[in-house]
Amino acid sequence: MKYFSVIWSSLKRKKTRSILTILSILVAFILYGYLSAIRLGFDAGVEVSGVDRLVMQHKVSLIQFLPESYEARIEQVQGVDSAVHGTWFGGIYQKPMNFFSQFPVKVEEYLDMYPEYVISDEHKKAWLETRNGAIAGRTIAERFGWKVGDRIPIQATIWTRKDGNPTWEFNLVGIYDGVDKSTDTTQFFFRYDYFQEARSFGSGNVGWYWIRVDNPDNAAEIAKEVDQLFANSPAETKTQPEAAFMQGFAKQIGDIGFIMTAILGAVFFTILLVAGNSMAQAVRERIQEIAVLKALGFTHTAVLAMVLAESLLLACLGGFAGLAIAWTMITTMGDPTNGSLPVFFLPVKDVVIGVLLAVLTGLAAGILPAIRAQKLQIADGLRR
Amino acid sequence: MADANGNLVEVTGVDKVFHRGSEDIHVLGGLCLKIPEGEFLALMGPSGSGKSTLLNLLAGLDRPTEGSVTISGERIDQLSERRLAGWRARHVGLVFQFYNLMPTLNAARNVELPLLLTHLSRTERKKHVEVALSVVGLNHRHGHYPRQLSGGEQQRVGIARAIVTDPTLLLCDEPTGDLDRKSSDEILDLLQALNQDQGKTIIMVTHDNDAAKRASRIVHMNKGKLTTDAAA
Amino acid sequence: MVAAMNWLAQVIAVTSFGIRTLPERRGAAAAAAFGIAGVVAVMVSVLSIAHGVNQTMDKSVSSRNAMVLRSGSDTEMTSGFSNDTAKIVAEAPGIARNEFGPLASPELFVVIDLIKSSSNSDANVPLRGIAQAAYEVRENFQIVEGRKFEWGRNEVIVGSAASREFSGLDVGKSILVGSEPWNIVGVFSTGGGVAEGEIWTDASVLQPAFRRGNFYQSVIVRLNSEDSFTEFKDSLTADPRVNVKVIRESEYYAGQTAILTAVITGLGSLIAVIMGLGAVFGALNTMYATVSARTREIATLRALGFKTSPVLISILMESLLLALIGGTLGGALAYFAFDGFEAATLNWSSFSQIAFSFRVSGSLLIQGIAFAALIGILGGLFPAIRAARLPVATALREL
Repeated sequence: MKYFSVIWSSLKRKKTRSILTILSILVAFILYGYLSAIRLGFDAGVEVSGVDRLVMQHKVSLIQFLPESYEARIEQVQGVDSAVHGTWFGGIYQKPMNFFSQFPVKVEEYLDMYPEYVISDEHKKAWLETRNGAIAGRTIAERFGWKVGDRIPIQATIWTRKDGNPTWEFNLVGIYDGVDKSTDTTQFFFRYDYFQEARSFGSGNVGWYWIRVDNPDNAAEIAKEVDQLFANSPAETKTQPEAAFMQGFAKQIGDIGFIMTAILGAVFFTILLVAGNSMAQAVRERIQEIAVLKALGFTHTAVLAMVLAESLLLACLGGFAGLAIAWTMITTMGDPTNGSLPVFFLPVKDVVIGVLLAVLTGLAAGILPAIRAQKLQIADGLRR
Repeated sequence: MADANGNLVEVTGVDKVFHRGSEDIHVLGGLCLKIPEGEFLALMGPSGSGKSTLLNLLAGLDRPTEGSVTISGERIDQLSERRLAGWRARHVGLVFQFYNLMPTLNAARNVELPLLLTHLSRTERKKHVEVALSVVGLNHRHGHYPRQLSGGEQQRVGIARAIVTDPTLLLCDEPTGDLDRKSSDEILDLLQALNQDQGKTIIMVTHDNDAAKRASRIVHMNKGKLTTDAAA
Repeated sequence: MVAAMNWLAQVIAVTSFGIRTLPERRGAAAAAAFGIAGVVAVMVSVLSIAHGVNQTMDKSVSSRNAMVLRSGSDTEMTSGFSNDTAKIVAEAPGIARNEFGPLASPELFVVIDLIKSSSNSDANVPLRGIAQAAYEVRENFQIVEGRKFEWGRNEVIVGSAASREFSGLDVGKSILVGSEPWNIVGVFSTGGGVAEGEIWTDASVLQPAFRRGNFYQSVIVRLNSEDSFTEFKDSLTADPRVNVKVIRESEYYAGQTAILTAVITGLGSLIAVIMGLGAVFGALNTMYATVSARTREIATLRALGFKTSPVLISILMESLLLALIGGTLGGALAYFAFDGFEAATLNWSSFSQIAFSFRVSGSLLIQGIAFAALIGILGGLFPAIRAARLPVATALREL
């Protein structure tokens, strides 16, 4: 560490250049943080899915309905703990751009299936007591400024009402939180019995089933067994682990992970050029000083290490600051798509990868100039 | 650590060959030179006479193509690059014509540089730096950066850097070559004092007759050979 | 006039000095140019996705077509009404007719799970049930392989994009709809557009297969003329027997991908701006280095009587040149890598896949190069000012 002041002082030689280099690295890492959070947003379903949950849908497609009566039959299968159905409501709140998902569910069974949705007993009680009651996730409630007690009008797109009213009105009786920040809190749930009673068609039909198994190790077998149960029936089924279901969903959009990686590849390529060029300049204009250091008794390796350390310092200053800014922006400003992503945060894993990336950037940018400094012959350097 | 004859430096039959195209240029022609401990030697000669090459060999910055360089009983021409660097750090203090201070470090930090290669603690280093700066009379300017110092002052910082590790040998390459008369005299006074009061062995390459006169012995070189060798 | 010519000559002289010495600074110059190339490549590539989607939508529409959905729904997927409604719609005024009757096609729109070739994962592929008039309503329909399906049979034809994007959609093969295999008998083209990513069959055989009863999701009609729309719309809106929404085809498809293109364009622009900022820093670095490398030369020119502004402009020009080289390179890279690149993505509103091609258009390339130029100007400005302000006397003394 006694060399630190020497290394630090080299960064101050061309302050403008050091600052510009640090800033460009910083910008790259802000982008890295943002894109990581966005990718997580698209993949969130996969990360948050329960290992003991399966999703059962109609074999032909998710838009085909399944009979409500399947629930009891699924629950009779050995190894199944419980089953509960869900249905896509697809309504519009105020305008189509305000997209969020709404599902009619059976209150107690659903909350039991999803313990990661945390709701107070008081709110739960209110929900059970209110026929047109609904609960919303914290994120979505904050996005629209909803408070418990508000009336939420949602315009039907699929599920028209028997009474011909184009709008369903729900009474917001509770707000749920996630057990941690990776929980999706952008959803809106209301009571199935109310839905069943008021919808104009499709009575007795539901969209899909969540199935919880006793032992995740048997999930694959149970999925097969359940599908066999309904084989050759009018509504055949396809059952898969929730993670696979969610992943399939994410993949429908496209290979987000690949796109993000490709963009980040271009970003880091650019940054490497900037930082590498900056280090090359730093060494080039310092040839004589490096020769003097060697003349004073610094070894070749020591000089190599000092140049690398300088490059590392640049990259880490920029990289860590960038990560910190990205983290702050993500936490305070939130989702750039304005709530379309189910979760939006920078996970610790990506921060760790970011730190490693900063170190790698520093080493990669510094290695060639450092080798040049290492190879420099004292007599040549001094003669200049 | 002189040998039995009191010689600290013993250069025997050295040659340095540079290749220029297909031509070999012999810069030093089997040169021999002995320097007793405590001597202040001035090395004179025209450009291209090989005096800087000789100085580089003595400083361990370069190796002879032939012959041996023994300093304090050690064959430095046989040391590995790595050990040579360590040897330089311990045994040689270098003073350059253009001072070669680090522009980004202040005077004290510049002087401290060679001490970073030792195992001294921070406070010990600080003490050594203070002593070295007071020897050159620049204690009051320790926080100044090279560009804030005059040429003479910069060279005094250079000398402080050279002596801070208490080296066996002080090698000066045209130390007054870039200075006016007055500053030159101050630097030469300082070198003389180091030689006489502290017994430092000093080898100084110079063009300047006045400077050479301060030495205890003057060696003239021409075309890679010693021409005259006389006590000043 | 003479003064202006003189000034211009100075600009050219100083600029050419700089550009001639560029090879000496090739490392730094290349770093700046490639950095900008990276930014432009990413920006153009990302925006070409949105561009491609929009273009696909544009090709889907005819200004003479209108769509009828159930009121309240935004997509065919969520729409639905009875055969009676469909009949009333077909009789509305303003619809073009041929010898068989009005050019109105009541249609069914569902999805089936197929495998997407690129990712080898499930995809919701649109399956459309059509009526006879459908072929007349879509102006550019043509069979490119095989034949049309026969009415009343379990046969399908697939769009050309669908047959490329999803596995198993070749003539002679079959797909599983419900529990029965349906034969693929042809591949069709509509001259681009969303329909090419769809599978078509007879609506009346699709209804029972998907247990839809005598039920449709949309009626697509060909109007007498563009101007007949209002007449058509007003008559249906006023009709108490039906509860439908009438929109132009163009409006419908614009709405379908509004969220998708907004998200892509928003993200793409955000990424481009942030990356661009990074590239500006890189360019500044390079240009400051250029100025310091040319300090002596610039000072000499100034001492010889050259004015300040030619020096300033020459630095800007050099930066701009590097940026334009980089921008062109990046644009070319994006063009060769992605123009016409076929992909399919999930259309959120209809919950189905739409097939489209990335489109690196001329205007997009110009946008990219303009962005590069902006980066170049920003990156050259401050160094140029520094060069112009260089105190001649001290600069001459410097190295």
